[in-house]
Amino acid sequence: MVSRSSSRPSSQPDALVRLEGVTKHFPVRTGRLLQRSSEVVHAVDDVTLDVVRGETVGLVGETGCGKSTLARCITRLVELTSGTVLIDGEDISRLSRRRLRPYRRRMQMIFQDPYSSLNPRRRVGSIIGDPFIIHEPKIGSDQRKERVQHLMELVGLNPEHYNRFPAEFSGGQRQRIGVARALALQPELIVADEPVSALDVSVRAQVINLLADLQEEFHLTYVFITHDLSVVRHVSDRVAVMYLGQIVEVAERDDLYNRPRHPYTKALQSAIPVPDPDEADRRTRTVLGGDVPSPVDPPSGCRFHPRCPKAQARCAEEVPVLEPRLGDSFGHTVACHFPLSDGEKLPEAPPPGVADIASLGRPGTGTRGGGQSAIPRGTS
Amino acid sequence: MTRFLARRIAFGALVLWVVVTVVFILYFVAPNDPARLIAGRLANAQTLAAVRHNLGLDQPLIVQYGHYLSRLLHGNLGYSYVGNESVTTIIGQDLPVTASLAAGGALIWLIIGVTSGVLAARRPRTLADRSVTAFALFFYSMPTFLLGELFLLVFFFELHRVGFNFFTVTGYASITQDPAEWARHLILPWFTIALVTASIYSRLTRGSMLDVLGEDYIRTARAKGLTERRVIYRHGLRAALTPVLTEFGIDLGTLLGGVIVTENVFGLPGLGNQLLTSITREDLPVIIALVILASTFIVVANIVVDAFYAVLDPRVRLT
Amino acid sequence: MNLGIGGPEAETSVGAATTIEGRSPSRLAFERLRHDRAAIGSCVVIVLIILMAVLAPVVAHLTGHGPDTQYSFGRSPAGIPVGPGRHFLLGADELGRDVLVRICYGARISLLVGVVASSLATAVGVVIGLAAGYFGRVVDTILARFMDAVLSLPYLIFAIALVSVVGNSDRLLVIIGVIAFFSFASVGRIVRGQVLSVKEKEFVEAAHALGSGDLRIMFVDILPNVLAQVIVYLTLLIPASIVFEATLSFLAIGIVPPTPSWGDMLSEALQYYQVAWWYLIFPGLALLATTLAFNLLGDSVRDAFDPRYNRLFTRKGASVLTHTVLLNTADEDSSL
Repeated sequence: MVSRSSSRPSSQPDALVRLEGVTKHFPVRTGRLLQRSSEVVHAVDDVTLDVVRGETVGLVGETGCGKSTLARCITRLVELTSGTVLIDGEDISRLSRRRLRPYRRRMQMIFQDPYSSLNPRRRVGSIIGDPFIIHEPKIGSDQRKERVQHLMELVGLNPEHYNRFPAEFSGGQRQRIGVARALALQPELIVADEPVSALDVSVRAQVINLLADLQEEFHLTYVFITHDLSVVRHVSDRVAVMYLGQIVEVAERDDLYNRPRHPYTKALQSAIPVPDPDEADRRTRTVLGGDVPSPVDPPSGCRFHPRCPKAQARCAEEVPVLEPRLGDSFGHTVACHFPLSDGEKLPEAPPPGVADIASLGRPGTGTRGGGQSAIPRGTS
Repeated sequence: MTRFLARRIAFGALVLWVVVTVVFILYFVAPNDPARLIAGRLANAQTLAAVRHNLGLDQPLIVQYGHYLSRLLHGNLGYSYVGNESVTTIIGQDLPVTASLAAGGALIWLIIGVTSGVLAARRPRTLADRSVTAFALFFYSMPTFLLGELFLLVFFFELHRVGFNFFTVTGYASITQDPAEWARHLILPWFTIALVTASIYSRLTRGSMLDVLGEDYIRTARAKGLTERRVIYRHGLRAALTPVLTEFGIDLGTLLGGVIVTENVFGLPGLGNQLLTSITREDLPVIIALVILASTFIVVANIVVDAFYAVLDPRVRLT
Repeated sequence: MNLGIGGPEAETSVGAATTIEGRSPSRLAFERLRHDRAAIGSCVVIVLIILMAVLAPVVAHLTGHGPDTQYSFGRSPAGIPVGPGRHFLLGADELGRDVLVRICYGARISLLVGVVASSLATAVGVVIGLAAGYFGRVVDTILARFMDAVLSLPYLIFAIALVSVVGNSDRLLVIIGVIAFFSFASVGRIVRGQVLSVKEKEFVEAAHALGSGDLRIMFVDILPNVLAQVIVYLTLLIPASIVFEATLSFLAIGIVPPTPSWGDMLSEALQYYQVAWWYLIFPGLALLATTLAFNLLGDSVRDAFDPRYNRLFTRKGASVLTHTVLLNTADEDSSL
């Protein structure tokens, strides 16, 4: 398969994480003893991305676009179908669990759900102390306890609550516990999978600020996954936009917000709520037609074409390459045949031709018959 | 659905095959002399020779195994030298007794168990509920044989002493000869088997109904204005019965155990008692046949129950 | 008593920072249990029975009768056993043996077999269920099918057949083994089901992310979340095992006489109850009391871990405790 990313000048020497062509397919479980079906869920397809040491890369996309799976590919919580993951230049793509263990010290994850990411039957001190027990068994329990309490203070928890159970903490506090656990072994990379999505809005700022402070103090590198564009805007240095398992645009934060190149990015931005009601009324919303297609049978060519207001015939045939367009530098890449120029607005409704064909469930357009639209498969 | 059934049948056949083979190994491959085991302790040399010849015991084990399997598949359960009859005859005589006992008991426990459970669920924490729960706990803890003996003591013995001769004990009257006598002899055994299991069903139905009645769709049904009766029976009970059905499948296995004990206590000449007698007499062919028969019954019954389950809950067909 | 979400806290000072004890879910369950009258009652009965068993030799000494000794004055000249009275507190059996002493010694067998067989079954079931649920796929298919197969066997018939094949030596061990064999699969199935759902929780994923090994995840992370159900089941398995043993002994396939066993006594009673009701009633009462107590305790334990279901008896102070409990159980979605 031809790689979608064009050659870049020279590999960034500071790239802590390098993903090349990372692909993850899940077999569709039909529940039968002998799996004859060759259907797979294309969760992540040919993702190439660099994460520079010390930066925060925001990974945005709708639910189901594959960002959580990508997170698990980076941290090797799943096996890759193909592609490479390099941590500090070392290839961890095919390592066995045993070989991966030393790398676990260097990269950690923060999970989304504060209610299920902590073992309810274990005390908080024990949960945070787990990394020490696993990786540094020689440390005595007293010393371990000291470190754990220090960590608790770091994240803003009362160290006297060492023996409490997760049920006795609020959601925001539980996320802090998760952060403390992730920090225990002083990792270099932290992949945060929607760390604030499950929290009340008022608490989100606290946790985000905590993460920012910790990054500064410990020179951490973050991959920050979220579906919330306003959060991403606040925390990221660079942003990658994902759609249906592929990266469609990567740019520096301000670049992305001021000059989005991909129609999907533009549509996402227009969905961000605006505080001022008058301004909200005034602006034009871009409404994407149709639903997100099923990742089992993604559309041909550019996967966004069935919903794209600018789609043309070429989009259904040719897969766009992730590269700089319209005179941008290598810091801003986009995978689109007809990227938006500066200030270009999207048409308000998708052109009738393309959208109608898309909603009829033709093979390859992605909508599964019976699943999303009530229109029967008449025309194939 | 057919695939589902096919899988179940295949698995059942596998289990049966394992049972049959284990039995074969236990009795034919063991260090004991199979001929002696089969012919019985009191057999003379002639019988032994006849047995050896009939069963081909001098042939290699694999050949014996093959013969054994083919005999089984043809329905030939062997010959009981101890009892001097073909095993099929022996079993044929006892089967109606056990069948009557089991069927009657199962029917009674289903009725008592489910109705009491529904009753308790409809009025939680009232006296009715507490009594049902208390009784359920009581009978649940009672071993079957103990209950049988207590029944004998109270209903048979004590009542006889005061002249109330309704309940008889020992013996069995065939249903074809005299239905009234048949029932009269069986009524105490039926309740012995039924009450212990009914308690399980009562608790189960009660718990299940309470769960279902708390669901939102029941609240919707009530809000729609359906009569309480319809809400409970049409909507609630249907969903609540699924675990009961599962339990029934499981209980088919216990049923055979309960039958053995009850037949023993009440002196009923059924398959259960036959098993016990055969063990004391060391009548091997009968023991083997009964074990295999019991396993077959359970496997078939489980398949039937699974089929019912698959009809009720289509998600099951994926398993 | 402070009934806030944190609950009563004990302060212990260790090192620099003092630590506040949290209340674990098990601790909470235990608190509920302590206030449950039915649980206390059944515990008392169980303790009494244990005492009976332990002090059996003492009873024998006090009455002056051994468990196996046949006394000629235990039977009337016509051969009918003597009833409860001066010589025999609970009467004598058909061979002139003291029923009371035999009941006490019978308790030993019942408790021993019941507890040992259940514990063995539970231990094996937990390990197999953990392995099946955690490793999944091939391991799970094999183990789960195996458990299904064992569960579909007609256990009493098989138990009878197995025990009869083995012979008289080591009968006790064989019985324990047989009971354990036919019980472990139900424990295993329950554990497997629980493990399958717990396995998907994020904290298990987090453990993987930390680099925790399989064994550690199974026993340190998953097992505590499964334990509640297991304990409940164990408490209910004990009386089932006791009844199983009694039934086997009743059918003369259990404990070899003359060792006293309740089942065996009740089997004899079947022939003599018309002339000796005490021989049926007293061992029957002992057996019934034991099973009732354990079942009631099991119900209470289940309720202590999951107080949502209505109970037969109300607990003193239940409403207050329930309030606290509801606040805490709202967050525990992984228990039961």
